[in-house]
Amino acid sequence: MFKLTRRQALAAFSAMAPVATWSPKVEAATPRDALVIAKSIDDIITLDPGECYELTGIEICTNLYDRILRYEADDLSKMVGGIAESWEVGADGKTYTFKIRPGQKFMSGNAVTAEDCAWSLQRVVIMNKTSGFLLTQFGWNKDNVKELVKATSPDTLVINVPAAFAPTLVLNMMTSIVASVVDMKTALANEKDGDLANAWLKTNSASSGAYKLVAWRPNESVTLEANPAFRLGAPKLRRVIMRHVPEPGSQRLQLERGDIDVARGLTPDQLTPLAANKDIRVESFPGANNFYAIMNLKHGPLADVRVRRAVKMLVDYQAMANTFLKDRFFVHQTFLPIGYFGATPYNPFKLDVEGAKRLLAEAGYPNGFEVRLSANTNNPFPQIAQAMQQTMALGGIKVTIASGDARQVIGEIRGRTFQMAVISWAPDYFDPHTNADFFVQGEDMSDPPKARTGPWRASWLIPELTAEMRKAAQELDGKKREQMYIELQKKVTDEGPYVWMFQNNWVIAMRSNLQGYPKGLFEDQFFYRTISKT
Amino acid sequence: MSAATSGAGHTVGGVARRIVAPLRRLGALLFSVALTFLGLTGVTFAIGRFMPIDPVIAIVGDKASQETYDRVYRELGLDQPVLVQYGTYLGKIARGDFGNSVMTARPVLEDLVRVFPATIELAFLALVIGVVLGIPFGVIAATNRGRWPDQIVRFMSLVGYSMPVFWLGLVGLLLFYAKLGWVEGPGRLDVAFDDIVAPVTGMLTIDALMAGEGDVFANALGHLVLPASILGFLSLAYIARMTRSFMLAQLEQEYILAALAKGLSPWRIIWVHALGNVWVQLVTVIALTFGSLLEGAVLTETVFAWPGLGLYMKNSLFAADLNAVLGGTLLIGAIYILLNMLSDLVYAMVDPRAREPN
Repeated sequence: MFKLTRRQALAAFSAMAPVATWSPKVEAATPRDALVIAKSIDDIITLDPGECYELTGIEICTNLYDRILRYEADDLSKMVGGIAESWEVGADGKTYTFKIRPGQKFMSGNAVTAEDCAWSLQRVVIMNKTSGFLLTQFGWNKDNVKELVKATSPDTLVINVPAAFAPTLVLNMMTSIVASVVDMKTALANEKDGDLANAWLKTNSASSGAYKLVAWRPNESVTLEANPAFRLGAPKLRRVIMRHVPEPGSQRLQLERGDIDVARGLTPDQLTPLAANKDIRVESFPGANNFYAIMNLKHGPLADVRVRRAVKMLVDYQAMANTFLKDRFFVHQTFLPIGYFGATPYNPFKLDVEGAKRLLAEAGYPNGFEVRLSANTNNPFPQIAQAMQQTMALGGIKVTIASGDARQVIGEIRGRTFQMAVISWAPDYFDPHTNADFFVQGEDMSDPPKARTGPWRASWLIPELTAEMRKAAQELDGKKREQMYIELQKKVTDEGPYVWMFQNNWVIAMRSNLQGYPKGLFEDQFFYRTISKT
Repeated sequence: MSAATSGAGHTVGGVARRIVAPLRRLGALLFSVALTFLGLTGVTFAIGRFMPIDPVIAIVGDKASQETYDRVYRELGLDQPVLVQYGTYLGKIARGDFGNSVMTARPVLEDLVRVFPATIELAFLALVIGVVLGIPFGVIAATNRGRWPDQIVRFMSLVGYSMPVFWLGLVGLLLFYAKLGWVEGPGRLDVAFDDIVAPVTGMLTIDALMAGEGDVFANALGHLVLPASILGFLSLAYIARMTRSFMLAQLEQEYILAALAKGLSPWRIIWVHALGNVWVQLVTVIALTFGSLLEGAVLTETVFAWPGLGLYMKNSLFAADLNAVLGGTLLIGAIYILLNMLSDLVYAMVDPRAREPN
């Protein structure tokens, strides 16, 4: 009745032609003096170094704030002075005196003094936010910290550590985020209701580090600007912009087009095609994250050490590392990541179905048993869980995978309602105690406990091993201490409720004109100041 | 006298009815809005409280000491009975206090004011594309039922319905951004244009025009055009399909035959008389499409790293950020209520029958 004639159709398409052929050719390239990083930044909830404990936040803060001591980009394995140029440990092993480097200034123009250092440490303890435990474990609390941490002169900071800890541990803590030095005068000028400037410092910086914070737009971007007066020299790039690009596919396209310089979060299927692109370089270097499965000993069969060993023998570590985890992970079966003091390449377990069956039969489970394995839905946890499900079935263990949001899985583990769970762990500071304290502190099984450590979560009561771990934390002799950690790790790997599987590699895709990308083990060591463009 | 009294009484009664009736309708509307909001807060609050994610862990992380965990648990009021928590929450929102977001460390209201314009900008352009193309396509399909124009429109609608928006977004980026270079990539602006224009409306294209920054406007438009086109395509598919269906019903009416018999041009019959009669239904379709574009662009905003309401809500849910989830939900609820009210007003404009009380 009302048909469209060819002429009308032609006219309609002709009218649309200008729209269809509109092609403003977009030229892409990041500014020469700026570094643009794409990654998921939705974990940032604060940039106050006295509170920040999320991975991206720590990475930003390590570039904003100088710390009392540091591991610098030039040699990431050597502890050197930061705000402090030298330090001494008292004969009692409890008093530490730091001499403040002269001539340093905050970006406000205020001089950096020992008083700033003392105040910065004190506020971490007084606020006692998530990271507070790092310092309160020294025996500091809001009532005594002003006595135990103080500036005795403008260039001398003295701290007293009542708890018995090895000096290396205390000094290593001075390289961590809680030892970030905040400009006290600027911060206090922005204090509100006695909050020690916590609210203001969440979104502003008062620092003397390599960069200052220009803006943090949640789930959008973080922009930093170089501090030309930084004590180690002005950063090579004037601006650093970290953009929130959660989708790996979008990251890859932006990198190829040159709209970003670095893509942090590409999956293997995104990385493979990039190998042929001469404008892109992919760098890979070890990280410090452990990927493991935890077993809850409250689930009957898992209470038997033979069953736990059998489970560890029913995982094909190497097959996973060679296939879907290729380049991103390597097999590592102890709680200290390679690169840490005390780490050891002790990897005793491999897929051994017959050996596992024998152990299960000895333990009274010749036909296996059923177990629920919780895993969050983020790559690569589901894949690891599925691989475990397949190989554990070879030994008769029927695994049911329970997938959930990461926080949901953490909630199950913290509430001890899980049976087995695949999870990862990132260390808090550059000392073996950071992981030992979590994975080997198992003397208190009360509910709720003082700390929900790994053994508590797994219901693994180990007062003797806990005592050994504490001795290692107090040992003054470096070589002895290292050996103690190696022995401790072997015992935990052999008998413990953890199926240690992998350590991560950071895989970073970047434009070929980028130089000097630091190969840090973890976020504390991701420095931007060394990066340049050719 | 009697007649005058009667007349006066009639006049007074008429005036009273003219004043009271709209007031009653307004009262009923406000009551229904308040009830809807209350229901909305109740359901969202319940979901937030009973979902298996610990909001304290969202704040303090997995590594916090028990002491810190307990303190934050109390600070969030989670030690109180659920009804008390709900009452406290209602009291706060009545005072305009939606609390602070865990994710952003800022007041939720401030966050919503920041992210919502980005979504409006995206949704509005998408709606324009959907309406400007979808209605004519629907009309053409209906008037060519079973012929090739109809098949093309139906195929387009099918594609729009069945293709995952996530996939469409990635393919669009690959083709128009990475290969052809016709549009800009993810995000709202290139790095080089950041912080040039101060936000006034929050919609970058408008702010750039207001500031007279042509380069910023072009760049913002370059970023906007692809996600808006993809969302526009989806709304086009829905609007075209619905328009086709409404028009088919109209074209079977007797008045169409009568008009043809009277010698009116087919063009006038279709575009004026038939289309004029489906506007009431189309207004509802357009309003619902706009509502779903405003709150349902989560995947598009994720693929295009578009910092709007959809991405904000998604992140809030994953982070168990209850204040942000509740604030966002209330905003979406308010949008739907507002759109419904606007639809009612537009009905009255396009259909005189809707203006009559009965």
